[in-house]
Amino acid sequence: MSSSTSGGIKPKHQRLVLLVIALVALVGAGLLAAYALSNQASYFYVPSDLVKDRPEEGRAIRLGGMVEKGSLKTRADGVTIDFVVGDGKARVPVRYTGITPDLFVEGSGVVAEGRMEGETFVADNLLAKHDEKYVPRQMGDMTAAQAKEVVAETK
Amino acid sequence: MHGFANPARFLRLARWMMPLLLVSGLLLSMGAVLYGVLVVPPDRLMGETVRILFIHVPAAWLGMAGWSTIAIASLVELVWRHPLAAIAGRAAAVPGATFTAICLATGSIWARPTWGTWWVWDGRLTSFLILLFLYLGYIALSGAAQRDMAGGGGGSRITAIFGLVGAINIPIINRSVVWWNSLHQPPSITMGRSSIDGTFLWPLLIAAIGFSLVFGGVVLARMRTLLADIQAEARLRRKAMA
Repeated sequence: MSSSTSGGIKPKHQRLVLLVIALVALVGAGLLAAYALSNQASYFYVPSDLVKDRPEEGRAIRLGGMVEKGSLKTRADGVTIDFVVGDGKARVPVRYTGITPDLFVEGSGVVAEGRMEGETFVADNLLAKHDEKYVPRQMGDMTAAQAKEVVAETK
Repeated sequence: MHGFANPARFLRLARWMMPLLLVSGLLLSMGAVLYGVLVVPPDRLMGETVRILFIHVPAAWLGMAGWSTIAIASLVELVWRHPLAAIAGRAAAVPGATFTAICLATGSIWARPTWGTWWVWDGRLTSFLILLFLYLGYIALSGAAQRDMAGGGGGSRITAIFGLVGAINIPIINRSVVWWNSLHQPPSITMGRSSIDGTFLWPLLIAAIGFSLVFGGVVLARMRTLLADIQAEARLRRKAMA
């Protein structure tokens, strides 16, 4: 259907070359846009971002990182908690009043919405960040029979 | 390449492939999902909500595979002018959009107990919502092109260009959790390594294969319907002329 030649190149091949050039330009533009967005499109700051480039006090931001082990303390009122969010390079103390999500535990990821007040990050809302690992409950050091029991129990 | 340009040959193949794909796909996916819901133990942190994984991940994979199908079909249509390519692209759009919607809905249901929110505007979730909008745009555009065909317009080519341009979103979805800080977790399965325990991984892979077979069966069924539509319309037009 497209075997007629024009200027020695088959139209089919011409279309292919044109399309490949267009696609390369498109992918290039997409990658450039994604690269330019790299900071704005991030959902949260990590502690080292906050330490390096301090946002002004009172501006609403999100802080994400790991809840440091042993840093979680509940105040006398029972609903206010203090903990430290770290990313391996920097640490930021966080204060939060309210109910925490189920997955919020020491040593796991968290995203806090709030603002800096002095040296402390005051959070209005906590989101638990789940990591990419999926591991069954206590299956690591169990025999097959014990594992089956647990499965039966939790059904 | 043009062996299937004649729809009769394609239709002969599709006639027995379609039920085969649908039945085997439904059996595999239902088996895997039931196993995932009833047998698999709860996750160490997420508990019972881990079971959504067996629908969410295959749906996400097919939402993206659906647009990849559209992109390849668009390329074949634009370069080789293969008559079945436009039909294949159109046939993949609705099931692709459906799986994308399922992925967004199940993800949202999973997010509420896990993260503590139904929705956030992070890179992964936003780019996947854009994928759904791209699907809706493609479906509207291909519908308009179909009505335009009676007038002999080039609407089908515009649809194909849209299908190719929209494909830029697929690598962005894939990389969104790596390029940008996001609430959505980074990929669990990369290059043959998996941070998903085998207990969850095997039913997940079988569910993904099953969902894919169902997707293939639905695409073939829709291609047959679209071809029958075109034939019926051509027949009507011939009758009107006579």
